[in-house]
Amino acid sequence: MTTFTTTTTTTRPRLGAVTAESTFVSRSFIHSVRDVEALLMAVVLPTMLMLMFTWIFGNAIDPSGGYVDYVVPGIILLCAGFGASSTAVSVSRDMTTGIIDRFRTMPIRSGAVLTGHVVASLVRNLVATAVVIAVALLVGFRPVATPLEWVAVLGVVALYILAITYLFAAIGLAASSPEAANGYGFILLFLPYVSSAFVPVETMPDWLRPIAEHQPITPVIETIRALLMDAPLGDSAWWAVGWCVAIIAISVGWGAWLFRRKAGRR
Amino acid sequence: MTLAIQAVGLRKRFGRTDVLAGLDLAVPAGSVFALLGPNGAGKTTTINILTTLVRPDGGTAHVAGHDVVAQPGEVQRRIALTGQSAAVDEVLTATENLVMLGRLSGLGRRDAHVRAAELLGRFGLADAAGRRVGTYSGGMRRRLDLALSLIVPVPVLFLDEPTTGLDTRSRQELWSVIRSLADDGSTVFLTTQYLEEADRLADRIAVLDRGRIAAEGTSEELKARIGGDVVELRDADGGLVVELPTDGTVHGLRAAVDELDRSPAASADGASVFIRRPSLDDVFLAITARDAAVPLSPVEGSDPRELLETK
Repeated sequence: MTTFTTTTTTTRPRLGAVTAESTFVSRSFIHSVRDVEALLMAVVLPTMLMLMFTWIFGNAIDPSGGYVDYVVPGIILLCAGFGASSTAVSVSRDMTTGIIDRFRTMPIRSGAVLTGHVVASLVRNLVATAVVIAVALLVGFRPVATPLEWVAVLGVVALYILAITYLFAAIGLAASSPEAANGYGFILLFLPYVSSAFVPVETMPDWLRPIAEHQPITPVIETIRALLMDAPLGDSAWWAVGWCVAIIAISVGWGAWLFRRKAGRR
Repeated sequence: MTLAIQAVGLRKRFGRTDVLAGLDLAVPAGSVFALLGPNGAGKTTTINILTTLVRPDGGTAHVAGHDVVAQPGEVQRRIALTGQSAAVDEVLTATENLVMLGRLSGLGRRDAHVRAAELLGRFGLADAAGRRVGTYSGGMRRRLDLALSLIVPVPVLFLDEPTTGLDTRSRQELWSVIRSLADDGSTVFLTTQYLEEADRLADRIAVLDRGRIAAEGTSEELKARIGGDVVELRDADGGLVVELPTDGTVHGLRAAVDELDRSPAASADGASVFIRRPSLDDVFLAITARDAAVPLSPVEGSDPRELLETK
């Protein structure tokens, strides 16, 4: 084997620790900001849902007018799920166009491109959460949480957003096209309805109740609700954190496996 | 001779198909090398192995002095790939695409912007630099795609069918750019299905057929292998009816003419015979032809194949 020498060409230098990650995060931010429709939806959807559930359904469900205090955690998770679902489409688009091959032939951790999508989703959905809370306060939401409890709420919501975003990213890797990714992701968005998000689990039919009680969204909802309204927390916080960590672990493992298998095999 | 790419006995199997069945390559540094082959011959698989995207099932490959399996990171520091589907970010502008790649290639923010502006000018994209790439034409995307591969002047550049789907003008523009890359000192490894492209661009050409290199050499060497002239039978409108290669001997020419004489088309009104020098197309068809009719002089390194092309 002869050695390779050249005078006019150069080799790529080794990158700093987070250069690739920060480059991909800013790429995903630009993507988020330029998708005007999605940005508009991220503000309009929480507002509409909040108003619909308090003014239209609220009085029928709870004539005393206290329904807004009950429903806020559910709306937060519903909107976060909706906002995170676009991650599946973004990831699938990267995988099905040639751009992932370019990244994979460069000396960078190509998983960093996924980190970019995840961080952008986290920030987008925390903004959407702020919109939900702002609108809720306007229509009569009266939380009694201490500052420390607010920090805990932020932590749980952020953990949930991360969990569902990683799951959507893995779905994006598994899907054969961005359209398919969108379709699969849609199914997940119905999960909050079969939980304690909008009505107490006790009001559901007997066969549905165990499912609603033991699916991951119910403990997350119960945790946020307990923190905001000073209700008894029970063991739901442990379940909430446990579910989110488990979903992240499974999604990251599944995603890494899919990424290795699919990249370079378009 | 310094080799930029060296492959020995590369094998790759997808399912039951042997995509590569013992591929050997030796590409001198600083040259333009074209891998020519029909669809499904294994061109993209070869590129994917050489660029570390896919692991070979057997054989070894060294690119820029490093083993693609054992030292993929070292190879990646020395190569750039422009794949078949334009690997550009459609949401970003051309400048943002180039700056992103510059940052990922280790350039500082300022250097990345300077280099981006330089490349945009060189590729005739300066006016469209601030536009989202989603609004670009196919030719503009291809040019940007190539510019992205040049953000740092790496020693070895891989281009997978760089001009597929482009109009004649864009294709010729791209050719002159590719030629100038080699003049700058890079080794260019490209795949193509266009013989004219290989003929115009490449210092050396390898013909890939069924997972093996069936012939390799300069354009002139390949043409010389086919032997003698080609005899054509054309109809009254000048349309090609049959063409037959000859082995360059008087006996071979007579045999070809006799063969044409037996064709019913030869007796048609206005039918005429022409003799011409072989083109790279003839070489390609001679090596890759599947339907056999008329014997052809053997091509070194492959089975004697036969050729009868009717258009």
